[in-house]
Amino acid sequence: MPDLPLALQFAWLIPALPFAAFIAVGLGVSPLSKRAAGLVATLAVAAAALCAWLVAWEYYGLYPPDAAHPAIVVWSFEWLPYDAGLSASAGVLLDPIAVLLLVVVTTVSALIHVYSIGYMGGDPGYGRFFTYMNLFTFSMLGLVVAPNIIQMYVCWELVGLSSFLLIGFYYSKPEAVAAAKKAFIVTRFADLGFLIGILLLGFHGHASFAELAPAIAPEAAAQGVANLQAFDFHYLTHPEVLARLQAASVPFLGLSLLTLAMVLVFMGAAGKSAMFPLHIWLPDAMEGPTPVSALIHAATMVVAGVYLVARLMPAFAASGDALAVVMGVGVFTSLFAAVIAVTQDDIKRILAFSTLSQIGYMMLALGVCSPAHPLGYTAGMFHLATHAFFKALLFLCAGAVIHAVHSNNIWDMGGLARKMPITHAAFLAATLAIAGVWPFAGFFSKDEILLAAFSSGHTAVFAAALLVAGLTAFYMFRLYFVTFWGGHRGPHAAHAREAPAVMWVPLAALAAVSAVAGFVPIGSFVSWGEAHEVPHCIDLRIAIPATAIALLGFALAWRLYARDGAGAARAAAALGILYRTIKRKFYVDEAYLAVTKGFIFPYIARPIAWFDRHAVDGGVDLAGWITRTTGRLCRRLQTGQVQTYGVWFVGGILFVLLLLWAALA
Amino acid sequence: MGLVSWLIALPLLTAAAVAAVPARRWRMIRWIAAAGTGAHLILTAATTVLFWQAAAPDAAAMEGALHTKLYLVEQAPWFKPLGIQYYVGVDGLSVSMTILTSIIIFTGVLASWDVATRTKEFFVLLLVLVTGVFGVFLSFDLFLFFMFYELAVLPMYLLIGIWGTGPKEYAAMKLTLMLLVGSAFVLVGFLAVYHAAGLRTFDLLALGRAEFPSDFQKWVFPMIFVGFGVIGALYPLHTWSPDGHSSAPTAVSMLHAGVLMKLGGYGALRIAVYLLPEGAKAWALLFMVLTTINILYGSFAAIVQKDLKYFTAYSSVSHCGFVLFGVASLNFMGLKGAVIQMFSHGIMTGLFFGLIGMVYSRTHSRMIPEMGGLGKVMPWLATAFYLAGLASLGLPGLSGFVAETHVFLGGFFGNPWVDAAVARTLTVIATLSIVVTAVYVLRGLATVFQGPIVNPGFERLTDATWNERIATGLLVAVLVVVGLAPWPFIALIKGALMPLLNRVYQ
Repeated sequence: MPDLPLALQFAWLIPALPFAAFIAVGLGVSPLSKRAAGLVATLAVAAAALCAWLVAWEYYGLYPPDAAHPAIVVWSFEWLPYDAGLSASAGVLLDPIAVLLLVVVTTVSALIHVYSIGYMGGDPGYGRFFTYMNLFTFSMLGLVVAPNIIQMYVCWELVGLSSFLLIGFYYSKPEAVAAAKKAFIVTRFADLGFLIGILLLGFHGHASFAELAPAIAPEAAAQGVANLQAFDFHYLTHPEVLARLQAASVPFLGLSLLTLAMVLVFMGAAGKSAMFPLHIWLPDAMEGPTPVSALIHAATMVVAGVYLVARLMPAFAASGDALAVVMGVGVFTSLFAAVIAVTQDDIKRILAFSTLSQIGYMMLALGVCSPAHPLGYTAGMFHLATHAFFKALLFLCAGAVIHAVHSNNIWDMGGLARKMPITHAAFLAATLAIAGVWPFAGFFSKDEILLAAFSSGHTAVFAAALLVAGLTAFYMFRLYFVTFWGGHRGPHAAHAREAPAVMWVPLAALAAVSAVAGFVPIGSFVSWGEAHEVPHCIDLRIAIPATAIALLGFALAWRLYARDGAGAARAAAALGILYRTIKRKFYVDEAYLAVTKGFIFPYIARPIAWFDRHAVDGGVDLAGWITRTTGRLCRRLQTGQVQTYGVWFVGGILFVLLLLWAALA
Repeated sequence: MGLVSWLIALPLLTAAAVAAVPARRWRMIRWIAAAGTGAHLILTAATTVLFWQAAAPDAAAMEGALHTKLYLVEQAPWFKPLGIQYYVGVDGLSVSMTILTSIIIFTGVLASWDVATRTKEFFVLLLVLVTGVFGVFLSFDLFLFFMFYELAVLPMYLLIGIWGTGPKEYAAMKLTLMLLVGSAFVLVGFLAVYHAAGLRTFDLLALGRAEFPSDFQKWVFPMIFVGFGVIGALYPLHTWSPDGHSSAPTAVSMLHAGVLMKLGGYGALRIAVYLLPEGAKAWALLFMVLTTINILYGSFAAIVQKDLKYFTAYSSVSHCGFVLFGVASLNFMGLKGAVIQMFSHGIMTGLFFGLIGMVYSRTHSRMIPEMGGLGKVMPWLATAFYLAGLASLGLPGLSGFVAETHVFLGGFFGNPWVDAAVARTLTVIATLSIVVTAVYVLRGLATVFQGPIVNPGFERLTDATWNERIATGLLVAVLVVVGLAPWPFIALIKGALMPLLNRVYQ
């Protein structure tokens, strides 16, 4: 590596700062002073954000926009030496998507931390809250900068842990505990796929390591990988390695090894990103405090899956089939979740399904990507970034609203536009952004995804994505109208008051970013492959239908919900069973329960426990019983009674004589 | 007397000191025990440092070695006609297990602070038992090894039978008899090796240089492996463990699950694989299958347990499966994973059983459904419990992750003597346990510590006392240190494992 700018050499500070704060706040600060806990935690993340912006500045100073952007490892050390060629290092890898995510995650997280100082102010678990938040931020940052798949997996699991801790933050509340368990177990199940994928990649990558590594190592060394290992992304995403993996086949459906491994890895990604059918944990995850939801939905947990697919894009693209799976799951989830979002009544639940839908959108974008049409990569990452800001904003606004009306149900709200003007304005900005209205950020990123689908020839995907755009506009404006317009419905809606400055300042900041982030020429910064097919201008073939369908959604929502929602109730009644099925989220949760509670527990776990106690341990007891019984029988031979001995003696002689007689005869 | 002999003698001397104190001064007795085991911890640290310094220059040489190299050796003839000697020393494997044992006995003493019935006898037996354990880990003469091995097993009968709970006589009897059957197998194996070598010595390293015919190895290996497998909870010989552990008093469960179960993995590696590599190859498949069953079966059985101790005991069955699975996979990562898992599981399960004792002393119940919301009144214990649980489900940053990923990689990479597809299928089956473990750990812990407080009496319960804080804090710290910085531990054990591997692959 050439001499790096100072900011890049110290890029490890970005994950290290929240980690240090996690340790410090958890062990020392929070027992001493409650106020200090929030302050230290927030300052650490803010400092990390500052470092991230500096790193972005220096990275694009070193590799100017529109040039090639290599993935450089700026810092690493050997952490877990499994075997020769299979060491896992802990390090910091910087490439455009890592830099983008570092900036987004730290910035959004810092703003959420500031907001939380106000939101969590009266909570007895204040210090604990900030401890977990720092752990969460650290885990996500460690994942973003991972230079190898093991560090990715390590931080991946830590993200899962942090979400468990934060979703179950109100640990006396049974629903929160259940939701936390559900989130952890569902994502753990998904991680099983990731783990097996890693085992496959590690094994087969290592098989050709001795042969290929000498050729790849110098190239990797020039990008800062001093000691190339089979787990390193520089090795795993190298075209020659991928060609080997693609050529190897597995005795399963005739798949190539690469496809199988990448589909398994995607299972992990789908779990964290809550893709169908592993989405069931996310809607329940709103049991955590609202800032946690904001963090999970915007900047940390759910985007991890998208990031993993992007990080391994060369491998997914080399497999082709695996990428088709990503696309299919993405399209389906985005549509599925958007349909459910239309029927929900809980403000956080609506936003949760909207997250599912938007993450599906990003997966879809990555899925339509190919070496010939790499626009989806740029578009997906762009949408990830813009979505992080406006979704964080939506959740924080929802938090402010919930704070004010003491209810999550949108039908308890209403008329809040006058009571909470700042929150209202911020929420409107975010709604316009997510609905894709010019000039808000969502317009640009969503259009880019539509363009990527369209220009890569996936017409059906394009049509589905367009439909989702319409649905998104509809359910978001439904939410907006019901919450902020009309009369005060709930008991507290009339006394709602604007949130304090510590809460509304982050809202304003996020709103500002949501409004202008679309103008960032993202294609110059984030791209994949050689072909730069990223014209940063508005393509009218896309913009006109997209805007039209968004307006249609808006108009429908206005018609049905702007005044009282009675029309909507009639429409729902007319739809009958279809409406109820959607409202019950297509009964996916019930299906899961049937498998776990209805099958695995009674028909696997309980019989095994029974078998162990009765069959295996029964064998042991049987051995004991045989011994004891034999002893009891033999004891009769030695009673100490002369008479008994006499009987045995005479009997014995008779028996022997009988034998002799039988033998002679 | 050298350092290593002190490591063995110190617990025995402490036991003697305890025996000399009048029984009514039971408070003094526990202080003596704590001081003795605390001093042992310091002695162990010194041994580790000396070993580290001495072994560092040899690291490169060990890469190709066929026999482990011992340090701090002490050797003296004991019974010349049969070639029995007092032969003790350390290599990486013994040092790591000594550290484990020393930590567990120290924390075990702290966790037994409130044993008020027959305190004197309790501590004497506990210390005698642990003398045996240290002896096993440090001796390199098979006879001496076996003698210490029996010394470690037998006091358990009294410890469970007298200070236990529930059906303690039954459990004590079952545990002791099953382990003795195991040691009978081991003894036969040892004698067979002794005679087959024809060297008139029980010196392990000398026996390692003897040539054993392949056929001989094929019948002796399973004998020794299964013999050790009984104490290592090899399926289906594990059933002494749930009953034994749940009836035993806290410190005994800690020591037994934390350390004694490791004698199985240790013996399998140190003796079975070392002396009989051909046998290990021939039987690798069978033992991979059995240990896969161990891993998954134990975790499924743990899901439905209602008693915290049974819950942990089945979880131990699953985790000890990892140890023997790693051994059976016969490659570097597998063997390394086995040793890391022995250490990690030892600490983790010691913590589990210690904590269960602490919770029980407050709630007077070990039944999961009877508890709830305890995290609010005992945050320290709840946090420690959660950390143990997270280590158990292989969370990165704690030692369980390091061990489990090693074992999974080891199984997946397999060896030339087991069909690759079979080894990989078994490994994939074993990986299912990461989900099942998450299910039972979270279900169990969430029920006990989270949710609303179910019993108004629980509101008055108190959090950990100072001795409990030291014990649990130390154990948690070890889990975290090995999890965050695994490389020193790996460097520590590597030199002892390379010869085993080289012998298998030579």
